[in-house]
Amino acid sequence: MFEGLGGKLSAIFDRLTKRGALSESDVGEALREVRVALLEADVALPVVKDFVEKVRVRAVGHEVLKSVTPGQQVIKIVHDALVETLGAEAEPINLRAEPPAIIMMVGLQGSGKTTSSAKLAVWLAKREGKKTLLASLDVRRPAAQEQLRVLGAQAGIATLPIVPGEPPVAIAKRALNTGRLEGYDAVILDTAGRQHIDDALMAEIKEVKAATKPVEILLVADAMTGQDAVTMAKAFHEAVDITGVVLTRVDGDARGGAALSMRAVTGRPIKLMGVGEKLDALEPFHGDRIARRILGMGDVVSLVEKAAETIEREEAEKLAAKLQKGRFDLEDLLSQLRQLKKMGGMSGLLGLLPGVAKVKKQLAGAQIDESVLTRQEAIILSMTKKERVNPDVIQASRKRRIAAGSGTEVSDVNRLLKQFMEMQRVMKQAKKMGAKFGGQMPTPEQMQRLQGQQMPKLPPGFPRGFKF
Amino acid sequence: MNWFSRLKSGLAKSSAKLGDGIVGIFKGGRKLDSASIGDLEELLIQADLGPATAAKLAAALQKRRFEREVSGDEVRTALAEEIAAILAPAAKPLALDAAKKPHVVLVVGVNGSGKTTTIGKLAQQLRGDGRRVTLAAGDTFRAAAIDQLKIWGERTGCPVVAKQPGADAAGLTFEALEQAKARGDDALLIDTAGRLQNKTELMAELTKIVRVLKKLDASAPHTVLLVLDANIGQNAHAQVEVFKSVAGVTGLAVTKLDGTAKGGVVVALAERFGLPVHAIGVGEGADDLRPFDPQEFARTLVGLG
Ligand SMILES: Nc1nc2c(ncn2[C@@H]2O[C@H](COP(=O)(O)OP(=O)(O)OP(=O)(O)O)[C@@H](O)[C@H]2O)c(=O)[nH]1
Ligand SMILES: Nc1nc2c(ncn2[C@@H]2O[C@H](COP(=O)(O)OP(=O)(O)O)[C@@H](O)[C@H]2O)c(=O)[nH]1
Ligand SMILES: [Mg+2]
Ligand SMILES: [Mg+2]
Repeated sequence: MFEGLGGKLSAIFDRLTKRGALSESDVGEALREVRVALLEADVALPVVKDFVEKVRVRAVGHEVLKSVTPGQQVIKIVHDALVETLGAEAEPINLRAEPPAIIMMVGLQGSGKTTSSAKLAVWLAKREGKKTLLASLDVRRPAAQEQLRVLGAQAGIATLPIVPGEPPVAIAKRALNTGRLEGYDAVILDTAGRQHIDDALMAEIKEVKAATKPVEILLVADAMTGQDAVTMAKAFHEAVDITGVVLTRVDGDARGGAALSMRAVTGRPIKLMGVGEKLDALEPFHGDRIARRILGMGDVVSLVEKAAETIEREEAEKLAAKLQKGRFDLEDLLSQLRQLKKMGGMSGLLGLLPGVAKVKKQLAGAQIDESVLTRQEAIILSMTKKERVNPDVIQASRKRRIAAGSGTEVSDVNRLLKQFMEMQRVMKQAKKMGAKFGGQMPTPEQMQRLQGQQMPKLPPGFPRGFKF
Repeated sequence: MNWFSRLKSGLAKSSAKLGDGIVGIFKGGRKLDSASIGDLEELLIQADLGPATAAKLAAALQKRRFEREVSGDEVRTALAEEIAAILAPAAKPLALDAAKKPHVVLVVGVNGSGKTTTIGKLAQQLRGDGRRVTLAAGDTFRAAAIDQLKIWGERTGCPVVAKQPGADAAGLTFEALEQAKARGDDALLIDTAGRLQNKTELMAELTKIVRVLKKLDASAPHTVLLVLDANIGQNAHAQVEVFKSVAGVTGLAVTKLDGTAKGGVVVALAERFGLPVHAIGVGEGADDLRPFDPQEFARTLVGLG
């Protein structure tokens, strides 16, 4: 009994001194720094406040990785939250409409609408093989229609013939008709730049919208926009219900906080980013890239990522060594379960095991009952050290004690033990297999083949129907 | 998605303009203590003054030691005074040197900031004063940039020196100065292609334009005008810094002040660089250029405008 308790306590303290958890003051201190960084990056103040609070909740109590400071750990958490908010992966341009799909570009003067319209047409043509028509509704800026015509000619994209004196809504209707009659897949409407407080001009884009029913209404905004990005984006969104944002001039050195502001205030994804003046300088939005820039602490983020990688590698190596020796006990299973919980799921743990990287992806989308992990952890924690290292000693009375101690049923203990035995058997098999391959660890493919033959029933937490 | 809705409702409250914010903070009178000063600082940040300048201004206000409770209007007025004091030295309209024939104005800035339009407006103003002005279509890169300037030339009755798209901008500038000199014009306004200050090659092109101008007139360009969009955030610092060192910027113009963005970063720029603000743009029309008035600019920033 004493031995068991002692073991449990020492394990807990071990973890604390090695890793520790973020205290409220660690987090508070780091977040003050983060706050200023975000403001200097032009993230709008209300967005900064909300974001920082969200991160605070998430960070307090979070474990600190070996070899990084609490402050660095907070910054990594901030970074991850930024990526999550901005969207890690770009959302595609929606063309799901009866052709032609209408895409309308809106935004302030000089934000990059005309250039982005032409870039998008090139993008749709090249990447998706879509026949696209460009039409300029900008009758205000001198030579704006000519600008789009020239860009179209340069890129080999059709532009709607210019009819001098024709008003914007009429141009839009003509573009739609031409698109229908001439079999275009998409029609991009470039509109004049406008101030969101210009009621007459805002009414105009609403009219264009009503007349053409665009599937995409993209707000084009400059990456160097300041605090007013929230007001601007909100106003455009309220007027025409934008479907996404195009962030331009990402090739500059602005920190790009407006991206976060606009994303937060409209809830709409940033779909594309402009990275140059040439027509091929358009990219899917990279949340990670922008997050690092906004935070301006990319070095710290890399450092923490490296530390995490090192730890993952060390643990994977440790596990690999055990596998190789054919020694795998309940302590190992416990540390795996914990790792699993920390990493937020099966997929994280599986990534550490050689040979299962591929299935990681399959698992990512699956639903896993994480409460099973907690229950299993509790069961192992109720065992003595001796029992964990040598599970053979666990007979009926011990099982009852363990079940009582962990608040589970004897049948749960049995299930866990059975799973463990089967896992151990596979490990032994793997070891033999390793010997066959010249004492080396089997390659991922060999491992997978092996598992395919021998895999025991999966623990209950695994998704149903899952196969290695 | 949940926090978006939360944030949205939060924003509805906090996106009110600076002035309303101050009124809110000091509603019913409040002491200028560290809490209210902190709130004030935040509101200045929301107007793009940047965290550092905001902190400085808030501290300056605290020094005034209002002994009693103050109203929102009192605070706004005091704040506007502080800001106007910083901006006062920047109020210098573009004055043509009559000895120069022509006075050469090189207009530079990042893409889309309003360079060409500002040239059109300046031309309109100078023509109104009876000056003879030539425009140089130095943006040979952007599609239809030459046509755009030509239209401004027609609108304002100014000759436009232009070559074909893709021509060497420095060569075009040289010819334009030759022609303007020969005509004995009062001013030559040179449009340039927008460029981001971190693009070294494009910036070097500006150095070349300056060098070429000096071959014809060692004192040219007499004014190098950096055009800033009022929507700009803290990147304006880098813009001024780099354009100043590469192209020798001598003054600023702030455009698009007819929107909700009020160009607060200009306050920080005035403190740091001390450059004059020659004019502001308040619309897309030829007559939408105004002299920079520190009082008015400051009052608009704090919502008293
Ligand atoms: N509302 C408003 N719009 C302006 C103002 N100044 C310029 N614009 C508009 O902003 C857009 C860009 O202006 P341009 O003068 O073409 O800017 P630029 O710096 O020459 O742009 P590039 O040559 O493309 O780099 C145009 O649509 C102008 O009409 C202003 O003061 N207020
Ligand atoms: N460097 C850079 N310049 C851009 C980008 N997108 C647009 N521009 C430039 O910004 C300026 C204004 O763009 P334009 O498309 O005419 O803006 P509009 O007034 O919104 O239609 C032009 O000089 C473009 O070449 C971009 O992603 N990067
Ligand atoms: Mg345009
Ligand atoms: Mg221009």
